[in-house]
Amino acid sequence: MFDYFIGHYNYWMVIVIMMAGFYTVISRGNLIKKIAGLNIFQVSVFLLYISVGTVEGGAAPIIEESVKLYSNPLPHVLILTAIVVGVATTALGLALVVRIKEAYDTIEEDEIHNQDRSL
Amino acid sequence: MIETHLSLLIIVIPLMAAPVIAALPNGRLPWFVSTAVVWSVFILACWQLINIQTGNVISYELGGWAPPWGIEYRIDAANALVALIVAGMAAITLPYAAKSVSKEIPKRQHSLFYAAFILCYTGLLGITQTGDIFNLFVFLEISSLSSYALISLGKDRRALTAAYQYLIMGTIGATFFLIGVGLLYAMTGTLNMADLAQRLPELYEHRTIHTAFAFIMVGFALKLALFPLHLWLPNAYTYAPSVVTIFLAATATKVAVYVMLRVVFSVYDFSFIKATPTDELFLILCVMGILMMSFYAIYQTDAKRLLAYSSIAQIGYMMLGLALGSMLSVTATLVHMFNHALMKGALFMAIGAIVYRLGNSKIENFSGLGKHMPWTFAAIVIGGLSLIGVPGTAGFISKWYLVLAAIEQNNWLIVIVILLGSLLAVIYVWKLVEALYFKAPDNASTQTVKEAPLLLLIPTWVLVLANIYFGFDTEITVGTAQQAVQLLVSGGGK
Repeated sequence: MFDYFIGHYNYWMVIVIMMAGFYTVISRGNLIKKIAGLNIFQVSVFLLYISVGTVEGGAAPIIEESVKLYSNPLPHVLILTAIVVGVATTALGLALVVRIKEAYDTIEEDEIHNQDRSL
Repeated sequence: MIETHLSLLIIVIPLMAAPVIAALPNGRLPWFVSTAVVWSVFILACWQLINIQTGNVISYELGGWAPPWGIEYRIDAANALVALIVAGMAAITLPYAAKSVSKEIPKRQHSLFYAAFILCYTGLLGITQTGDIFNLFVFLEISSLSSYALISLGKDRRALTAAYQYLIMGTIGATFFLIGVGLLYAMTGTLNMADLAQRLPELYEHRTIHTAFAFIMVGFALKLALFPLHLWLPNAYTYAPSVVTIFLAATATKVAVYVMLRVVFSVYDFSFIKATPTDELFLILCVMGILMMSFYAIYQTDAKRLLAYSSIAQIGYMMLGLALGSMLSVTATLVHMFNHALMKGALFMAIGAIVYRLGNSKIENFSGLGKHMPWTFAAIVIGGLSLIGVPGTAGFISKWYLVLAAIEQNNWLIVIVILLGSLLAVIYVWKLVEALYFKAPDNASTQTVKEAPLLLLIPTWVLVLANIYFGFDTEITVGTAQQAVQLLVSGGGK
């Protein structure tokens, strides 16, 4: 049982980080904190993919005569793409926050709602 | 030469064109190049559909890497039909954009606007073309990111918050999808959809496969705005520029429905869905969505928001077809995707024409406008009839098939819900008609309103006439849809 928990250490961390990020997105009213939460949420998925790619006893996937067993490099490549997507999302999200700040003079969700309702 | 690379060209031409358009000087040129690109892709998409008609499946290997290692574009009748919806709607929207965009978007942003539009278009087409599930995620994000930017360009400052809200919800949806794909990859070691379909059945009992399915379903339910995950949609459609609303309403949710069909029928198969509570859950959500969202639509005071809520209800019809899971009902789903693109396109274009003259889409300002803008008004009436599902319009065909599918399964509750939904549609369409035609104009400003310019009217009427045409000639829509369903349901994708 103990081995099971320790052996899947990275997967437990994925779940913890995922939930922390997801909770931040849902519960925070500050628009920048929401983006930060979204980032944490996405990072947990990157960790999940990289954990999947590990092969026990496998070396880094660089061809070498003496090495017989390699880790799976494909998830790394996939996650490289997903990281780029994450960066783009964050950049666009933060750009929107800047525009919202200019238009409303606040980045707190409830204050924005109040301003819209008073229109 | 062109024919062998057809499936790839549909993606590569707009993808290459987008940065070129972004670099062009503001003015007429970006619009002209985008229109040229969109029309040439439209021709290619028609060509692709004709190639498919004979019942064969095109498999294109990217870079010559054989599937399942390389990325494969796999085109059957379902892809070709959805690709045609996207390509066709863009081809009709862009001529409309010339006038509408120059009015609603500051001139210094024109080239960037068209670049983002073409990128969004590329992403949506890519989703329909690809046979690789991770590639699908990448295209999904291309289309999503550019549509967030497009929505935020609306004149009202609430467009910014709408885009932000959509960004948060859309990214959560896409990340859920990514988790699902990761779990599938962990279990099967493949990302090719056809290959997945072969390897999955022996693993159906496994809990990870169920988890992956749940993540993918929830992720895409967010993207296609299935009730109750629709919260981003009304604001996004209301505050986005007219052209963006037309294009997204007609294509983005349809493409998400297509992915849902693909995952449910090609990657997994329907027996798996039957064994889980998914189909019952979808039935309940669709029924609630159709009824509640139609009620919501009745109480809206903004025409674009009214149509947005009606869109969520209509998505309920499409998903209903999926949840029923028979040949007939999935045919109805595919046909409704096509027809709904036509009717919502026509309606949002007509509302866009009113916004062009009036500056806003508040129903209270519409009083008596119908007499000043007779052609726009007539377009709203016919589009509305199609939305209701009156015989002789495209909307009738898809609802007819859906009702037949429900009767076939002796599911009378669903039949009643579909009819009730249509009755509610009568009320909210009447609300528009009443304001436009039967209310006396109350302020002087509407008196001076003229008919919309011809450049806005022609695309609107092309769609209106298409609504009537496809209400009589069902050869293209139903014929192709039946062929697609044959491949989907019988597991031809494998």
